[in-house]
Amino acid sequence: MNEIVIKTNKLTKRFGDFVAVDEITFDVHKGEIFGFLGANGAGKTTAMRMLCGLSIPTSGEATVAGYDVFKQPEEIKKNIGYMSQKFSLYEDLTVKENIEFYGGIYGLSNKEIKEKSTELIDKLGLHNEAKKLVSSLPLGWKQKLSFSVAIVHTPKIVFLDEPTGGVDPSMRRQFWDLIYEGADKGITIFITTHYLDEAEYCNRVSIMVDGKIEALDSPAGLRQTYEAKTIDEVFYKLARKAKRSAD
Amino acid sequence: MKQFLSFIKKEFAHVFRDRKTLIMLFGFPIVQIVLFGFALTNELKNANIVVVDNAKDLASQQIIDKLQGSKFFNVQKEIMTPSAIDAAFKEGKIKLAVVFPVNFNTDLLHLNKASIQVIADASDPNTAQTLTNYVISIVGDYQAQLSPTSQVPYTIQPEVRMLYNPDLKGAPNFVPGVMAMVLLLVCVMMTSVSIVREKEMGTMEILLVSPVKPLMVIVAKAIPYLVLSIVNLCVILLLSVYALDVPVKGSLILLLGESTLLIITALALGLLISTITSSQQSAMFASMLGMMLPTMLLSGYLFPIENMPVVLQVISNIVPARWYYVIVKAIMLKGLGFSFIWKETLILAGMAVFFTALSLRNFKIRLE
Repeated sequence: MNEIVIKTNKLTKRFGDFVAVDEITFDVHKGEIFGFLGANGAGKTTAMRMLCGLSIPTSGEATVAGYDVFKQPEEIKKNIGYMSQKFSLYEDLTVKENIEFYGGIYGLSNKEIKEKSTELIDKLGLHNEAKKLVSSLPLGWKQKLSFSVAIVHTPKIVFLDEPTGGVDPSMRRQFWDLIYEGADKGITIFITTHYLDEAEYCNRVSIMVDGKIEALDSPAGLRQTYEAKTIDEVFYKLARKAKRSAD
Repeated sequence: MKQFLSFIKKEFAHVFRDRKTLIMLFGFPIVQIVLFGFALTNELKNANIVVVDNAKDLASQQIIDKLQGSKFFNVQKEIMTPSAIDAAFKEGKIKLAVVFPVNFNTDLLHLNKASIQVIADASDPNTAQTLTNYVISIVGDYQAQLSPTSQVPYTIQPEVRMLYNPDLKGAPNFVPGVMAMVLLLVCVMMTSVSIVREKEMGTMEILLVSPVKPLMVIVAKAIPYLVLSIVNLCVILLLSVYALDVPVKGSLILLLGESTLLIITALALGLLISTITSSQQSAMFASMLGMMLPTMLLSGYLFPIENMPVVLQVISNIVPARWYYVIVKAIMLKGLGFSFIWKETLILAGMAVFFTALSLRNFKIRLE
């Protein structure tokens, strides 16, 4: 757990006068499940986008998987996986075609793609659905498939942007099983969520308020520091200070 | 390369899975060709006309025979009062009326001058004009027959030849127009919609996070539509040659080459539209408004450019279809070679380069 895979130093993003992300500094270790919490509009998504190479930081420093976000975004892209808030598989393609496509664009060989799709379909129990269109799957299945596809190329880090939105609790539990499985393989998980109970599943949690990281510790550590019974309470104690309204 | 192939495979899967669009893509040109070729034509046949023969003499009878013999008219012979004629026009039963006065023959023989009244329904000016011209030429024919050795010592007989389309058929005019329209519509609309769909569905984000180059995304998206358009083009050409008897007089290779140039221009335009719109609907609307209308109205295909107000003539210069239309007509109907159309080709190529450059510049690598 000592190797650092994400390192930021005073990373900042401004849009005109608005400071979306204000000098955030943190490290994420290999194989860690790192929870990134904050109210809507706190700057979570912007911060994540900078780390993925989707948005250029205004100032500060950051390295992801050992590569500089300013100078080596292409290298970063090869080493990360990403799952967005919006469901991001092709609905008009079959389960198998989706896996093949994402395997293909990450440069896996035909043999690897074949092995991966068999493995994935086995693991998710999608034998009967493999040749069906993704649009026919229930949401929970889609999310699980989406996550599996995001790590099809075994990236060093996978960024999950509110992956469990709208999914029922039992499916969320199953989804987290997949996340643990990924982390066990050494894939670092960087996850934003607004289900505060999910924060308890993370190794460490950071809480963003108005573009700044207000707290960063293990869930137990946070509860202790803020003398709270749950992360929920910690969150409300911090979020009360927020000046920015949710957008 | 492997990335590229996976991408193209996926794009083809999208295209073939969307049966409705596919049917529309291939159905649209076929319906257009068939409609224009067989149903909508500016030649007039069997127009209903009425002849009111108040003279009932030799001359009037001979002219009526000639009118009846012509394939243009469907002649009703009746004695009608002027008000009855009026009513028939109002009901739309007839397009034209020919009225012979009493004493037609006598006047013609003794006064050397007789008149016929020709009344046409000019609520449709083109039809009225065409039909009157037919009547006038039939009457003229009769006159020439009547006095082969005219009293006038000099006669000038214009010998008219209609070049490239001797029968003045409608088809040779619209086949190039339909080609331009179909190619533009398919390429512009389909590319813009397919790129915007990725934005709308959120899959574009995933593509931008992946190691694929934006240029590759664009090229891979364009290829299926390029292939489809070429297939479409061949279907149109086959239909036009075998169903409509509009031959390709010039080089087929040149025609396909010029068409590919138009397709590339159209793909670039589609891409440009996709960079400035964010929903499939607005992309479709922009393509329709931005491409369909100018292509139909300003390319010279429906209305001659020479007759337009100067402002529209100037605007028509930036419509790619205008140049393509000239090129296709030159190759298909006149059988001309490249040396006659290099100027138009150059303009079209310039547009292709300009739009491609503009849209590549606008295509955002990073999502802000």
